[in-house]
Amino acid sequence: MTTVPAGHRAGARYRSPVRRRRRGLLGRQPLGLLFSSPYLAFVLAVFAFPLGFAVWISFHDYFFAAPGAEVDRPFVGLDNYRDVLGDPDVWRSFRNVAVFLLINVPLTVALSLLLATALNQATRLRTFLRVGYYVPYVTASVAVVGVWLFLFNSNGLVNRVLGPLAPDPSWLINSTWAMPAIALYVTWKQLGFYILLYLAALQNVPRELYEVAATDGAGKIRTFFSITIPAVRPATVLVLLLSTIIGANLFTEPYLLTGGGGPNGASMSPVLLMYQLGIEQNSPDVAAAIGVILIVFVLLIGWLQRRLAGGDET
Amino acid sequence: MQRRTTVNVHNARETTARPAAAAGMALAVAGALVLAACGGGDGDGDNDDAQAGEARGDITIWYSNNEAEIAWGEQMVEAWNAGHPDEQIEAQEIPAGDSSEEVISAAIAAGNAPCLIFNTAPVAVPDFEKQGGLVSLSSFEDGATYIEERTGDVAAQYQSADGEYVQMPWKSNPVMIFYNKEMFAEAGLDPENPPLGTHDEFLDTARRLVSSGAAPNAIRPAPTSEFFQSWFDFYPLYAAETGGTQLVEDGSATFAGDAGLAVAEFWKTLYDEELAGREQYQGDAFADGEAAMAIVGPWAISVYGEQVDWGAVPVPTSGGTPPEETYTFSDAKNIGLYTACENRDTAWDVLKFATSEEQDGKLLEITGQMPMRQDLAETYPDYFAENPAYEAFGEQASRTVEVPNVPNSVAVWQAFRDAYSRAVISGEGELGQTLQDAAVEIDDLVGQS
Repeated sequence: MTTVPAGHRAGARYRSPVRRRRRGLLGRQPLGLLFSSPYLAFVLAVFAFPLGFAVWISFHDYFFAAPGAEVDRPFVGLDNYRDVLGDPDVWRSFRNVAVFLLINVPLTVALSLLLATALNQATRLRTFLRVGYYVPYVTASVAVVGVWLFLFNSNGLVNRVLGPLAPDPSWLINSTWAMPAIALYVTWKQLGFYILLYLAALQNVPRELYEVAATDGAGKIRTFFSITIPAVRPATVLVLLLSTIIGANLFTEPYLLTGGGGPNGASMSPVLLMYQLGIEQNSPDVAAAIGVILIVFVLLIGWLQRRLAGGDET
Repeated sequence: MQRRTTVNVHNARETTARPAAAAGMALAVAGALVLAACGGGDGDGDNDDAQAGEARGDITIWYSNNEAEIAWGEQMVEAWNAGHPDEQIEAQEIPAGDSSEEVISAAIAAGNAPCLIFNTAPVAVPDFEKQGGLVSLSSFEDGATYIEERTGDVAAQYQSADGEYVQMPWKSNPVMIFYNKEMFAEAGLDPENPPLGTHDEFLDTARRLVSSGAAPNAIRPAPTSEFFQSWFDFYPLYAAETGGTQLVEDGSATFAGDAGLAVAEFWKTLYDEELAGREQYQGDAFADGEAAMAIVGPWAISVYGEQVDWGAVPVPTSGGTPPEETYTFSDAKNIGLYTACENRDTAWDVLKFATSEEQDGKLLEITGQMPMRQDLAETYPDYFAENPAYEAFGEQASRTVEVPNVPNSVAVWQAFRDAYSRAVISGEGELGQTLQDAAVEIDDLVGQS
């Protein structure tokens, strides 16, 4: 048993008031504040300030004006939110993005986990396959969208393969199929990134677990469901959250694939609507209100996902 | 076991308390920054205006980034700079962005717009004006007189609600129907006198072009939802049908009557009978032989000149209007003088120099676009004699309709496009009712300040 000398105990108990106050303000590791300050400044500048400003804008009659211009930007309370919630186009855009997420998120999780598991076991062409899945992710949407337009137009490859089963009107000008087609495109394009996340998680699953399962006579499917899926649960939560956040911010694909949210707003997303209102029509106040609602929408889904899929992580 | 749980809970509280404190601090700082930003927004603009109005010196200008306009801009700047050593122009192409209007709007808000932009879209002018970004040209002693003497009656379309000019009408690209003579001949149509004068003639011609296999589509305007797309399908035909009526006049939408309905029915028939494609085409459908006709301005002459054996006729009307009486959409680009400019007197002089008879002649010669000056054909008879292909566009330039100069102009066009896409392109809902509903929505938008 170790004993502490009385003098030391007394010394440890005594702290000058100045030192105590400094320690209270700066914490136990003041140097840590110094190291983290660049990131804190970054977060404040590119996240906290714009977010706070957006919230402020959403409660005012706001528009972008020249410096020095005398403009009136009165506080309007919840007027912008009332306008937004009374606009059927806004509701439709949220419904559209909900459809998108319902297709995109489960598909992303299932496909990326399956492909990552397969890739993890592949011994030949592993690097080639990893690069192959990752290439769409790093390719500019503008370039890839052109290919998909050719694939999914009336005379495209997809319709030729489907023959009489092809939808009429074709995918991207069909009110029912435009959003699912976009969801498929985004799933395919983003898959490489999520596969990499799962591959990293799979590397950390102890081999002993698989060996024990094999000893107990578990087959590949049983091992997948009983070992792999629980073991990569933190990665699954991350994939769920990221794909939801990225999906809720859908913009480029409806902007390019369906010519600005067509047909008739069937692929309009909240962010595309924010762009139209805030940037094209100089109504950033209404756009900011949509943005704030979108943040709440995403936080709610994120919270639900963590509750349902997070397990002990929650 | 109990002890371990307690420790974990304690640690969890400790670790969540710190981010909470940090978040609180971040929000407090953000709030302070917001207040600072808002407090700094309203300066004393009048004093700045007064000082800037008397200043002379170097200025900056932006012009469009297409090859022909760059060539025109460079020679104009060179000519000015040679004679004004103390008032030099520094010129550059308009910075890249999704659209020029977004770039200009951002530059206004940032306070770094140049003195003059030779690419100011009339549709964006009401917003730029609201932003406090544009100098009233009428505030110059000879401002309104100069504009009206150069442009004539057409100038009235560019006045703001208060009667002032905050844009200089500069050049137009009056749109007409371009057609592919080879395809017309293949369909058994007379390529020199194509039957395209009335809606019925146009539709019959379109049916023949497609049914004969001469063309996959009779015409293929972009069917997408961007607010400006209606300028190249509905609006030129509406201008022709009404003899020069704008989409909105005297604060009310005009398109929900018989004329608007006739034009909308015309386009709906083209889509319903699959004579016009509902899908967006990646490329130039007319140049690629995907469509036998296109609605384009005089810029198309140099673009299609070598590739397609083309002809041009005015846009059709239901009753068949004589070409010399047919109106169309102007597709104009104007010049704005921006409030960030310090040397505004120099800028005004440069603006007049750039729109002088000599420089307008060079603009016509180099770009093929029509300077918005009255008696254009009489002012440059030699040019039109040497370039007969441009003659019809020169004639047409005197009968153009601009987008209405009204509040929420872009929102107005977006509302119209949404209704048009729904009822005409997709054929959903009752056409007349959809136009009526859109008119009500647009009246409301125009009524908002």
